[in-house]
Amino acid sequence: MADEIKIGAYICKGCGLGDRLDTSGLATIAEREAKANIVREHEFLCNADGVAMIQNDIDTEGVNRVAICACSRRAKTDAFSFENAAISRGNLREGVLWVRPDTDEAQETTQEMAADYVRMAVIETRFMTPPSGNEEARYENHILVVGGGISGMTAALEASKAGYPVSIVEKGAQLGGNAANFYKRIAEKSPYADPESTGVAEMIQAVEADDNISVHLNSTLTRTDGAPGRFSADISSESGSTKTENFGAIIQASGFTPYDANQLPELGYGKSKDVVTQMELEALAKAADGGPIKRPSDGKEVQSVVFVQCAGQRSQEEGHLPYCSGHCCLTSIKQAMYFKDQNPGIDTNVIYTDLRTPGAGGEDFYRSGQTKGVTFTKGQVSEVSAAGDGLSVKFQDLILNEEAAEQADLVVLATGMVPNGGVDVESLTAPQVEGEEGEAAPAEEAQEQGEFKGISVLNLTYRQGPDLPQLKYGFNDSHFICFPYETRRTAIYTTGPVRRPMDMQQAVEDATGAALKAIQAVENAGKGRAAHPRSGDLSFPSFRKDGCTQCKRCTVECPFGAIDEDEERYPMFNEARCRRCGTCMGACPVRVISFENYSVDTVGQQIKNVDMPDEFDEKPRILVLACENDAYPALDMAAMNKTEYSAFARVIPVRCLGSVNLIWVTDALNAGYDGAVLMGCQKGENYQCHFVKGSEMAHDRMSKVDDTLQSLNLEPERVATYEIAITDVERAPKLINDMAETIEKIGMSPFKF
Amino acid sequence: MSDANTAMVEKYRNSFLKEVEANVEEGEWVKMCMQCGVCSGSCPFGPHWAHPPQELFMMIRAGKREEVLTSDSMWMCTSCYNCIVRCPRELPITHIMHGLANYAHRLGIAPKNQPTRKFAKLFWENLTKKGRTNELKLGLSLYFMNGFGDGVKTSLKMKDIGLGMLKTKRMNVGEMWGGHACKDTNGLHAILKKAREIEDAKMQKF
Repeated sequence: MADEIKIGAYICKGCGLGDRLDTSGLATIAEREAKANIVREHEFLCNADGVAMIQNDIDTEGVNRVAICACSRRAKTDAFSFENAAISRGNLREGVLWVRPDTDEAQETTQEMAADYVRMAVIETRFMTPPSGNEEARYENHILVVGGGISGMTAALEASKAGYPVSIVEKGAQLGGNAANFYKRIAEKSPYADPESTGVAEMIQAVEADDNISVHLNSTLTRTDGAPGRFSADISSESGSTKTENFGAIIQASGFTPYDANQLPELGYGKSKDVVTQMELEALAKAADGGPIKRPSDGKEVQSVVFVQCAGQRSQEEGHLPYCSGHCCLTSIKQAMYFKDQNPGIDTNVIYTDLRTPGAGGEDFYRSGQTKGVTFTKGQVSEVSAAGDGLSVKFQDLILNEEAAEQADLVVLATGMVPNGGVDVESLTAPQVEGEEGEAAPAEEAQEQGEFKGISVLNLTYRQGPDLPQLKYGFNDSHFICFPYETRRTAIYTTGPVRRPMDMQQAVEDATGAALKAIQAVENAGKGRAAHPRSGDLSFPSFRKDGCTQCKRCTVECPFGAIDEDEERYPMFNEARCRRCGTCMGACPVRVISFENYSVDTVGQQIKNVDMPDEFDEKPRILVLACENDAYPALDMAAMNKTEYSAFARVIPVRCLGSVNLIWVTDALNAGYDGAVLMGCQKGENYQCHFVKGSEMAHDRMSKVDDTLQSLNLEPERVATYEIAITDVERAPKLINDMAETIEKIGMSPFKF
Repeated sequence: MSDANTAMVEKYRNSFLKEVEANVEEGEWVKMCMQCGVCSGSCPFGPHWAHPPQELFMMIRAGKREEVLTSDSMWMCTSCYNCIVRCPRELPITHIMHGLANYAHRLGIAPKNQPTRKFAKLFWENLTKKGRTNELKLGLSLYFMNGFGDGVKTSLKMKDIGLGMLKTKRMNVGEMWGGHACKDTNGLHAILKKAREIEDAKMQKF
């Protein structure tokens, strides 16, 4: 039964489809042209009766391919989910009905549009297989936490509370990380008025008391191998012993290193002992323990202190950090309170350019500082030098716009956080891609393969490098807003200041989220399901080995490092690492990579089975390949707004624009399509691509499509690639209409038969 | 009065902010300013004074005592209350401006010929004499504020309005002699004297 393809096509007449479309005509097409085995119309397909009808066909008639010709694939997903059947959706409602005017003149083209979508849906299922699940899926609920600071301990405690055993690997001799050196922390509870106890000691106690958590101190990871659900890691201690353990998911909480203030001689660091960083002040405050804080040079009780904000931060100067570390304004307020709470007579001045106090209580804490008499001066410090008995801080007063100077016993520099992100794997030479273009980027020639700067945190055995790719400034991150914890390595999540600069409170919240993501990954990996964003997808890529030319495009271009190479240099897919974007499928020049339910054929056959009117019909055909994450929903929403677009467009959703194989475009143009519009997500630095690199890759590939067009003697305007955001509800349909206009101008394709 | 000034300079050598907090009406609010500049942007006189409120607050923190107290900026405030309404930190900015002006006046270092100050003095003297404002006298003293010739000129210019007010009984020539008063002027004077004593004592204390 499983081998025999039996297609059921279901045509819905609800939502006005039956009123405006000739559904019996559509049924005929499904049966005669697309050769569906069972074709049924229904008044209201998504209701209980309609769903039961389909289920009944699956159970009793042996239907294993279901083509639902009703609404968009994004609608009614709960109703139309059937096990043991491959499902395709013909988008008659959002794709046809709602984007076409209800007029007599439009009736003919509207019906043609619907007919094509029905044919495409049925044909698509013919080339789909219901995903059978991954044989290599392993369930391993042990979670590895790298780093024993606030973030790492929180993640461990949260995961343990949820019932998952955890191992913490900490490089240092004790738990607590940087926070263990703090005297007090920024206020966390209402009324956010005073510094509070750090709570680090209690947290360490909780970790040590937890039987579910094992702690490896003085240890690092010397090798991390495998995939989600079956990671194997070598935990090596300083003494030289190594222990190998298996894990289901990894949380990297490797934290930060304080910025090296020796790079700030102009601010007096290194010249005077009385110029300290915030971290060093914490040590002084801890030593004083509520008594008067003494300055390091001569032990005099500090009577006046100046805080210099943004020291070596938010600056484009060489050696400075270009970003804001986020916590330092609040930290300076907290530290000024150390002085004020002990003796209100001490002068404390915070010199800032922009005071940033994030978090719910940030503003209250700032106000509390002002109430306690901390002075805030908007200014830019240029120099700190010895003067008289203390230090002189020279600055430009930004409100009064003048040079000013202030005398102080102690100067505190608010220096930033440098992430412990491991080595920058993308600085590594991309191995040469063999094949027709034989391209090797010249900039990379200087860097020889295998040379990484810095020390690796994870020591992954992945072919793509030993650590997580970095987004910016050395922070490991996938997307700051849309999917914060996701990295480009499945089931390895970053949390805490290695992800972005943050204070303790944020780190705690962040680590809790990361723990939940790790648990999710463990469970998904156990069932062979994909993680974000195609959560639950059971399909995975497979390749036809005898067709492979070992060009390595797939291994290089996979944004998630899922593909290694075996000894014979063939690609080796690690299914559990795969996010199912299909970028490998789009990359493969010989088209041997496919998914069970998404392949070069499932889309290619849809393209081929669009009815192609001849040249003199004045009915062009426009192929629209739209990313299912952003562009396709944008078009759906346009439809909900009843925004009309050309009846000549045929929209096919793709998992990611990165999965678009050039052959689809070439075939479409050869088959007589007059134009092709490709819609992916925003790429580059502020990318919105759910697969990080897919859209970028697709744009790169499409930039070379001009050669193909030239060889076909076609105008380059016939193929257009765009970056579409999910909010481009007006723009997306307009781009389709623009293509229709362009075709009107340059004429129909000469390739029609 | 300038003795008081030197005394204060001695007392708050390093912190003008503390001096303001202790002696200026609503002065304890100055430290709460977060330098957003909304007050300066909201002030209808903003472009016309040397130092808008935000800047005055910064100068106070920076210890620019002389510059702040001799400035005519706070005298320019028309009490429109735009700044108070808009201040995100809810500082009573208008009141602080008047407080600063009054403090400078008491120290005897406010700009001598500042018209607002002159008028304020006329008003205060007029009001405290009888406990009621004598509008006829106040109006005339305002006309003659800048000398006799100027006063005659202004009076002639305003004569039609004056006659009109007389006709509609909005003004009484009889006010020129004595004028109306509150029930117990002596009591009022005693109250004001006591209030002044309290204020002065406060200044001594700090």
